[in-house]
Amino acid sequence: MVEAPRARVQLPLSLSADEPFLGHKACAGCGGSLAVRLALKVLGERTFVVLPAGCMSAVGFLYPQLAFGCNAIISTFAGTASMMSGIAAAARALKLRDYHVVGFAGDGGTADIGLQALSGAIDRHENFIYICYDNEAYMNTGVQKSGLTPFGARTTTSPAGKNAMGSRGRKKDLFEIVAAHGIDYAATATVAHAHDYIRKVDKARTTVGTSFLHVLAPCPTGWGIDSDRTLEVARGAVDCGLWIQAEYEGGHYHINKSPRRFKPVADHLAAQKRFAHLGKAEIAAIEKERDGRWKRLQRLVGGG
Amino acid sequence: MGRMSADGAVSHARPLFMSGNEAVAWGARLARPQVIAAYPITPQTVVIERLSEWVAEGLLDSEFLHVESEHSALSACMGASALGARSFTATSSQGLLYMAECLHYASGGRFPIVMMNANRALALPWNIYGDQQDSLAVLSSGWIQIYIEDAQEALDMSIQAFAIAEHAEVLTPVMLNLDGFVLTHTYEPVEVPGQEDVDVFLPSFRTPSKMDLEAPTNMGFTAGPAHYTEFKVQQHRAMLRASQVAAQVDEAFGQRFGRCYGGGVVPYRCGDADLVLVTLGSVAGLVRGVVDDLRAGGVAAGMLKLRFLRPFPEREIVQALSGARAVGVLEKDVSFGNAGAVFSDVASTLASTTIRPALLNFVAGLGGRDISRDDVERMFDELRAACVQAPGERVRFVNVQESRDG
Repeated sequence: MVEAPRARVQLPLSLSADEPFLGHKACAGCGGSLAVRLALKVLGERTFVVLPAGCMSAVGFLYPQLAFGCNAIISTFAGTASMMSGIAAAARALKLRDYHVVGFAGDGGTADIGLQALSGAIDRHENFIYICYDNEAYMNTGVQKSGLTPFGARTTTSPAGKNAMGSRGRKKDLFEIVAAHGIDYAATATVAHAHDYIRKVDKARTTVGTSFLHVLAPCPTGWGIDSDRTLEVARGAVDCGLWIQAEYEGGHYHINKSPRRFKPVADHLAAQKRFAHLGKAEIAAIEKERDGRWKRLQRLVGGG
Repeated sequence: MGRMSADGAVSHARPLFMSGNEAVAWGARLARPQVIAAYPITPQTVVIERLSEWVAEGLLDSEFLHVESEHSALSACMGASALGARSFTATSSQGLLYMAECLHYASGGRFPIVMMNANRALALPWNIYGDQQDSLAVLSSGWIQIYIEDAQEALDMSIQAFAIAEHAEVLTPVMLNLDGFVLTHTYEPVEVPGQEDVDVFLPSFRTPSKMDLEAPTNMGFTAGPAHYTEFKVQQHRAMLRASQVAAQVDEAFGQRFGRCYGGGVVPYRCGDADLVLVTLGSVAGLVRGVVDDLRAGGVAAGMLKLRFLRPFPEREIVQALSGARAVGVLEKDVSFGNAGAVFSDVASTLASTTIRPALLNFVAGLGGRDISRDDVERMFDELRAACVQAPGERVRFVNVQESRDG
């Protein structure tokens, strides 16, 4: 496996003690709210935040209890990247200095309904950071299948039954879709690998142009895990190879972490009720898909 | 329809030969929008082509965003407006409906965006020509709706629109409607005001209601049953206040530039009219001519042109129609299974008074079908007949070829 050169980066070890996202009503153990909180600690209060309809806007903007310590606005569901584009354009026109524009959208808001606007914004090299917190289904509306729901996962619209074994499609490869635009910076991350995530947010912060972070953010409610297992399950996804920690920068792909041997996928899935119905054949299919994805990404790294 | 102000302080103006689209582009240019986000659609496209050319040539200092859809165009304008930047876009027909969600979002967010809409038919069947089904389908989206008659008014109202939208008592987006092709593509001599005068008339947009780095705020939030209604009542009242603000803006514009356009309506020979045709947009010129001919023949005809559909000029309509025996509403749309949207509003306004003229709705010009002088004369004939006998069918499609098997 091709290893990326070990990055020598200065970690912002002393994150701000200020809480930029406080008083929200997210569920216990919410991965998405952790992704928002950590990123805003890196970016600071001179930040314009855009969130579409979804979990984080639903829990963060309940008038009169507004939870963001910096400028923040809800966009339309499809309009995260387009509203950010307007904000970025206005900031240029108004000649603002020393600020960031960041968006936090879920997997459905990004890979399904928001993909058109995201694609256009990357194409224009809009100077902003787009963070997709991926909890692998429409959680705000009660766990419905999205384009990033993995094969086999049970949701309320992809139930398991006599004729179905949960979600039939494979998870769209959002990282590769975004990278294929020739984006200025893209990375995958998880809320469990906090140092790595913070480093990537920091890199996005200093990138001129569009940055995209795809962050795995487990949802205890939707995944059927205990609320104190969020980080453990996110770590497990990396250890069994289902989630690949990677970056795309300057036209080159890097894989950040290549486990010498994958931990068993079956154990990782068994910890989540949404996969409880799967048999050996489905788990074998998931492993096969995983191996194919690693090969593809390794080819991209080699060819980069 | 220009006039000199009393003190003769009329701005420098140079007449240029231009289309309705170009007149809108000129008005928008003179208003100096800081952000323009737009997506092409016939018959609006020339507006954004001109604006992008001027940005490219350095004649207009705007951020021009080539967005991926009309939804994104209005979404980007809202983002810009949320930072207190002046923003402009233009669309038409399918594009207007594609941004429908954003229309309500922009008005509810009180973003004072100005948008030109080239009135065009809606699919299916596909049709690129002019009618008013698009803007009338979104009449309740919370936008101020203005209907334009000629290219000069298009330029002047593109400037006035920002002054109305951005007024602290209004903070409501404005939609300027021009009949597709008939107005957007017809060339007329148009006086272009000087930039310095426009700058004095329309200073930069300043608002405390914005995302400010020095005073952070949360916008576009959720409000539950305990608060939502109050926000909507505020929005409604702001829209109502726009009537008076628009009148003030028009008067101030007239004093500086020598041209005013009136309030929500423009009555033409309505004072003693028995028969009044209410209409909107570019067809008003034709109706005015027919009214003159009928008057010459001794028929007490009049026309009431509606300039604003939102806020709806109720009081002015009641005043203008108080003596009429028969009132027709000529519009280029129909709400299938009911009547035209304008007719419904006019009829409901009259129903709350003691005025009881005969009421007819003439639906014409759908999908760009020509409305002829003969058509309009027949409408007045039908109004005359309605004065003496019960009118029967109130919604009448004009100039329709009925198939034999019905």
